Amino acid sequence: MGGWSSFISVVRAFCLLHVTNNYLGTAVFLQTYGPSMLPTLNISGNLLLAERISTLTGKLRPGDVVILRSPESPRKIVCKRLIGMEGDQVTYVVDPMNSDRCQTVVVPKGHVWVEGDNIYASKDSRNFGAVPYGLLKGRVFWTVLPRKDFGSLAPKPK
Amino acid sequence: MGTPSVLWNVAKKCFTVGLVSLTVSDRFASIVSVRGGSMSPTFNPKTNTLFGSLSDDYVLVEKFCLQKYKFSHGDVVVFSSPYDHKEKHVKRIIGLPGDWVGTHYDVVKVPEGHCWVEGDNSASSMDSRSFGPVPLGLVNGRVVHILWPPHRVGSVERKAPQQRVSSS
Repeated sequence: MGGWSSFISVVRAFCLLHVTNNYLGTAVFLQTYGPSMLPTLNISGNLLLAERISTLTGKLRPGDVVILRSPESPRKIVCKRLIGMEGDQVTYVVDPMNSDRCQTVVVPKGHVWVEGDNIYASKDSRNFGAVPYGLLKGRVFWTVLPRKDFGSLAPKPK
Repeated sequence: MGTPSVLWNVAKKCFTVGLVSLTVSDRFASIVSVRGGSMSPTFNPKTNTLFGSLSDDYVLVEKFCLQKYKFSHGDVVVFSSPYDHKEKHVKRIIGLPGDWVGTHYDVVKVPEGHCWVEGDNSASSMDSRSFGPVPLGLVNGRVVHILWPPHRVGSVERKAPQQRVSSS
């Protein structure tokens, strides 16, 4: 009997972990391969806490740092900043390394516009277009590591 | 007398059952009802608006495909709509990343990380011909079996229309 009840507890613990991870919040270790979120995030990786409640209830606002499944490779999770919600007009610099040319788009229904804080080295909505809301997986609200950055994330650098 | 502790035990059991069923339906398989006639005759072969909910098909959706996001031509998948993440659609994958898909007006290349989906009933189906290729990250699971109605219980076959797709 003891074996069965400990099996049940293990199953219950695993399911509790899964439900917490998918519906409440998760610790996300982000190895940022490119410096797309400098200076907000460290180039050699950060341990971040992301919560899922804002994404599931639709309470995200422009300026939030979000994690999302990359539209170009679904197994990759990337971290960008939310710039525009559906219906917003977004003006962005198309290719900051080479020119100052700006373009304005209206974010289509059901989509959001995301950009990395370091637009010189970031693949984001300027490359792959507005992202369907269903790809957003959480809102990053706390940095755990590196220790010097412990605390809530900085707002978008001007 | 012992009622508070009995209630507490019942609550604990319900909580555990809820937790386990949520985990199973997220990670292993879940049962979904198919509404509408866009996948006719595979699902809901006769959409009768009077008795719609009585004759909806119930299907088994497996989630193991989400480990690697590896799909094949002809898979029927459940995905969140690109226009409204709360709505889910059931359609068949016609094109995978890198394929060239022929529509009425021109030929489209399916970008990396996306797929081209179409309903089996082309006449009345809102699919990639209207909203373009769908990112694979929006896919929620793969339909493997019809569970209801009893006379159509069986596995869902892969059917790919070869004439319109050319793989790279």
